[in-house]
Amino acid sequence: MSPRRPLCGHLGRLKPALWISILSAIALFPAPPAFAALGQSVSSVQADQLHMHATLRTTKAEAYEVQEIDAPTGTIVREYVSSGKVFAIAWHGPWPPDMRQILGSYFDAYVTATQAQASSHAGRKPLRIEQPGLVVEAGGHMRWFVGKAYIPDMLPQGVSAEEIR
Amino acid sequence: MTRRNGVALIAVCAGTLFVAACGGGSSSHQNTIATSAPNVQALSVNPGPAGDYANGVFTSVTVCAPGTSTCQTIGGILVDTGSSGLRILSSALTVSLPQQNAGDGNPVAECLPFVSGYAWGPVQSADIQISGEKGSSVPVQVISNSTFAVPSACSSRGTPLETLSALGANGLLGVGTFAQDCGDACVSTGPGNPELYYECPASGCVLTGEPLSQQVPNPVTFFATDNNGVIIELPGVTTPQPSLSGSLVFGIGTQSNNGLDGATIYEVDADGNFITSYNNQSYNESFLDSGSNGIYFLTSGATGIPVCPDANFFYCPSSPQNLSATTEGANGTGSSMINFSVGNADNLFNDNPTAFVFGDLAGPNSLNGFDWGLPFFFGRNVFTAIDGASTPSGTGPYWAY
Repeated sequence: MSPRRPLCGHLGRLKPALWISILSAIALFPAPPAFAALGQSVSSVQADQLHMHATLRTTKAEAYEVQEIDAPTGTIVREYVSSGKVFAIAWHGPWPPDMRQILGSYFDAYVTATQAQASSHAGRKPLRIEQPGLVVEAGGHMRWFVGKAYIPDMLPQGVSAEEIR
Repeated sequence: MTRRNGVALIAVCAGTLFVAACGGGSSSHQNTIATSAPNVQALSVNPGPAGDYANGVFTSVTVCAPGTSTCQTIGGILVDTGSSGLRILSSALTVSLPQQNAGDGNPVAECLPFVSGYAWGPVQSADIQISGEKGSSVPVQVISNSTFAVPSACSSRGTPLETLSALGANGLLGVGTFAQDCGDACVSTGPGNPELYYECPASGCVLTGEPLSQQVPNPVTFFATDNNGVIIELPGVTTPQPSLSGSLVFGIGTQSNNGLDGATIYEVDADGNFITSYNNQSYNESFLDSGSNGIYFLTSGATGIPVCPDANFFYCPSSPQNLSATTEGANGTGSSMINFSVGNADNLFNDNPTAFVFGDLAGPNSLNGFDWGLPFFFGRNVFTAIDGASTPSGTGPYWAY
């Protein structure tokens, strides 16, 4: 992979053919298709960006790349990419992101685990789901939501979950 | 973690017993709890209507069909300074309230996101009465999945909080710093709209712009008087106990019983946060929230306190930890040291099977900061001034204690 400059717009580097396919997708569907992001290939980040009508910027760390999507709602979603796959997502802002979109195939497991935690409620508290294949943490209050989701097995070597924010 | 069952074993006193704080507790001073007055509503920390809520502070609210004497008093309503708006489970509501309609005549419904899911249901209009305070034709959310089908953009938020078992309460009384639940972002449709308000013709619910005056408001803003904020007054808690009585006082500096009396004011930023410093680090994503049932702060890695083996959302230190942090206004003014304790949640629950009030319940948080939940409020009168409301000590939003 060639080195990427920080703050370099990702979409600007798309090949014309890919642009055409994205534009065709928009033309075919009234709303942009909601491709999954977590655990999926990096191309799903662009689907997320289109879905959120957001701007995108890319930064690169030692073991991964961060695609930051700034949605016009004020919410910022960061998708952590390594080896072409999204292994973690973090968000913060006045409203939470579309969880089905950012969790993709993990959404149903997320809902099931959230329901289990809610029905054993010892009261309202931040969310903390820790399963072998999925970790989701979320907190905040009305007009301020913070959280992250990641796949433990996909964390690059030497990367701590605390870095995801 | 055992469930907090056994409500039948508990003699809950939600009556009129107002006591000053016992010595000690998590607070450095004793607080005075307001007694009966037209602007004082009884609070009770108890297991709540689901019978298993730890550190939930509940009250009752009377709702009436507007302009009529057709009313219902609903108990088991959680008092939440972390949100704004009155929301009632349809299963707890027996009085019929008129539906709010958009300009084109279509009924309006709301999808309100929470940290762990969403509440969906119609926006209706109610005259509400809490203590001697009355608000007329207040938009409220009735939580129901049967009035209008949940749009997919709403169910995409996660888990529906639409049952007594999921909510642990018959409703929420949101008396936080925001005047409305959404605010300017929901007034018009467009990319910046966070998708809370829908209008629902027969063909299905679609996103709509909702004028500020139609949004679900902090109901205090609809009161004729004492409408600039609230005080939550609860005694200190030294040991786990079955229940705790206190007061919800309406107004700040509007009556003889709701003056600031030297309380320090802490500015709240546009996101509803202020600053907490801990171990020489400053965390500006911190906030007070009576609707959180513990003090949720930082991570196990940052605090060195292990989480419970069977409940990773609570801390389980081998022995209780006495800690301190400093809260500061978002603009840097105001500062006070807060002493707090982190108990072993497993031991707290297992050793006190009839207790539902815990002064040292705490856990980790993915926030970069502190969620000061109900234990913060024990032994400390906490003022919440509403955004844009004027008080003798300045315009909200702020917290003071």
